[in-house]
Amino acid sequence: MGEAELRHLKSMSLAIRQDIVKMVAEAGSGHPGGSLSIADIVTVLFFDVMKHDPGDPCWEGRDRLVLSKGHACPALYAALAESGYFQKEELLTLRKLGSRLQGHPDMCKLPGLEASTGSLGQGLSLASGIALAMKMDGKSNRVFCIMGDGELDEGQIWEAAMTAAHYRLDNLCGIIDRNGLQIDGDTESIKSLEPLADKWRAFGWNVIEVDGHNLRDLFSAMHRFRHTHFRPTIIIAHTIKGKGVSFMENQAGWHGKAPSSEQTEAALLELSKEVVR
Amino acid sequence: MIDLFLSPKIFPEPERTPTRFGYGDGLVELGKNNPSVVVLGADLSSSLCVDRFRDAFPDRFIQTGIAEQDMMALAAGLAVSGKIPFVSTYGVFSTGRAWDQLRTTVAYAKLNVKVGSGHGGVSVGADGATHQALEDIAITRAIPNVTVIVPVDYHETFKATVAAASIPGPVVIRFGREKVPEVTTYKTPFTLGRAEVYRDGDDVTIAACGQMVYESLVAADILSKEGLSARVINCHTVKPIDAATFLRAARETGAFVTAEEHQVMGGFGSAVAEVLSQNYPVPIKMIGVKDIFGQSGEPDELMELYGLKAEPIAEAALEAVKMKRG
Repeated sequence: MGEAELRHLKSMSLAIRQDIVKMVAEAGSGHPGGSLSIADIVTVLFFDVMKHDPGDPCWEGRDRLVLSKGHACPALYAALAESGYFQKEELLTLRKLGSRLQGHPDMCKLPGLEASTGSLGQGLSLASGIALAMKMDGKSNRVFCIMGDGELDEGQIWEAAMTAAHYRLDNLCGIIDRNGLQIDGDTESIKSLEPLADKWRAFGWNVIEVDGHNLRDLFSAMHRFRHTHFRPTIIIAHTIKGKGVSFMENQAGWHGKAPSSEQTEAALLELSKEVVR
Repeated sequence: MIDLFLSPKIFPEPERTPTRFGYGDGLVELGKNNPSVVVLGADLSSSLCVDRFRDAFPDRFIQTGIAEQDMMALAAGLAVSGKIPFVSTYGVFSTGRAWDQLRTTVAYAKLNVKVGSGHGGVSVGADGATHQALEDIAITRAIPNVTVIVPVDYHETFKATVAAASIPGPVVIRFGREKVPEVTTYKTPFTLGRAEVYRDGDDVTIAACGQMVYESLVAADILSKEGLSARVINCHTVKPIDAATFLRAARETGAFVTAEEHQVMGGFGSAVAEVLSQNYPVPIKMIGVKDIFGQSGEPDELMELYGLKAEPIAEAALEAVKMKRG
C-alpha cells in the first residue's frame, strides 16, 4: 500500500468517524462505541479490499459484507454513503420514522445491505450460507462478516464456525471487533473468551491477529486471507471501543448512548484536529 | 361430498400414508425441475425423508449436523444468493429453537427460505412431549411475511412442498410422523391460500387443517345420522387465511367448529376466530390440545386422549348449533 493510498484511507476512516458521531447525536440514540471501533475495518473493506459498485448495488460480481453486529450500523451506513450509495445528508435520518437507515440494518429498505441483522450471533451462519452458495455456483466472490467480541457468547457463532470449516469455505473471512467490552462490562469478566485465537484455530480456521486500527495491517491481513485455501479465515482485530473520541474510548458506557450537544461538539473538534495531524 | 377427486376410500376405511413421505417426494420432484432448490438437514435425513433428495441430488443437499439455528441462518445466506433452501427438521426445533433466526434473519428480510416442519402434533406418538410440536402454528403465523401450510395428507403435502417453491418468501410446511388417512388424491385441486369445501352443509361448519380434516369428515357423517348437515372445510393454508370462504360459511351455517392437532391457544382455531369475530360473529367451538403438553403413547391413543377424534368434534358441533341465537 502506497503513502497516497494510505492517506486516502485515513481520510475516509476519519470521515466515517465524524459521520458516526453526527448521526448518533442527531438520532439521540444508537451505538457509538462499537461503531467507532470498526471504522477502520469498514474503511479498508469498502475503499480497498472489497469489489463493489455503488452505482449497481446488486452487481453479481460484488463481494459481500454481513455486519453481524448490526448495532454498529452507523459505521456501515457511513461507509455506504461515503462510497456513494446514497447522499450523505440521508445519514442524519438514522433511527427516525420512515428512514431507510433503521436502528439495525434492514436489507429490504436500503440498497447495499446484504442482510438484516441485529439479533446477535446469526451473521456468521448467514455469511457461510452466501459463501457456500458461491462455492456451489463456482463463483469467486468473497464474503466478509464483522462480529462483535461480546457476540461470541452466542452459541450459534460456534455452530457456524464448525460449519464453515467443515465446508472449507476459504472464500469466507470473519472479522472480530475485539474491543474487549460489552454492555455489562469487560468481556473477560462476563464470560471469558480467551484463549480466543486458540479456540478458532481448534475449530479449523486460519487465524490472523492484527491491530484493528492499523490500516496497513488490516490490509495485509485481508491479503493473507485471499491467499489461504481450504479453510476460512478469522481476523481478530484488536480495537478500542469508541476509538477516536477520547472520552468514549474504552468506556462500556458508550456502547449504546448518544452524546449530548456539548459532547458532540467536543468529539467533532477532537476528530477535526486529527485531520490536521 | 363435493367432487374434488377426493379419495373414494375415505369411507369406510381410508388408505394411510405418512405426510412426511409427501415432503420427501415433493422435494425430489422439485429437484428434477428446479436447479435452485437445495435441501438442508440436521441429522434427521431419513426421519424427514430428505434422504430421498440427498440420494438423488447429493450436490444440492447440505448437512448441518445437529445445529438448527445455524441451519436456518445458513439457509438465509443461500436464499440471498438465489437458492431456494428447504430447511428440514422437527417442528419443535425448526420453528421453536430457531424461531428468532426465522423471525429476524429470514422473515424480516423476506428471504426465500422454506421450512419443512416435521413431527407436528401428538400423533408423533412414543417420543413424547419433547418431540411433539403443538405450538408451531401459533408461533409462526404471528411472524409477518410468513406463509403457513398444514396439509391434510400425503398428496397434499407433496403439492404444498412443490407449491412452496413457486412463491417468494418464507413458507412453513407442517407435517407429521405417523401414517394418516388419505383424504385427497393426486388429482385433487390445491391452491395456496384457498380453503376447499370438501362436504357441503347448512347447519354448522367444521373447519380443519392437517389430519383433522379426516376426523371432521367422519364427524360430519356422525352428525348426518343425527339429522344435522355439516359443512367441512379443509384449510391447508392457515396463513394467509381464506377469509372469504369462512365468512360465507359463517353466514350460511351460523355456527363453527375448528379442529387442529395443535394447542388451541393461538393456533388455527384462533386464526379462524380472528376472522369471524371481527366480521361476522357466530358461535365457535375449538377442538385442539387444551393448554397441556403431550406424552408418550400410541398415536391413536393420544389422539383420543386429547380429544382429537371425530366423536368430540361431532359433540362440539352439536354444542355450537345450540349456541346459535334466535
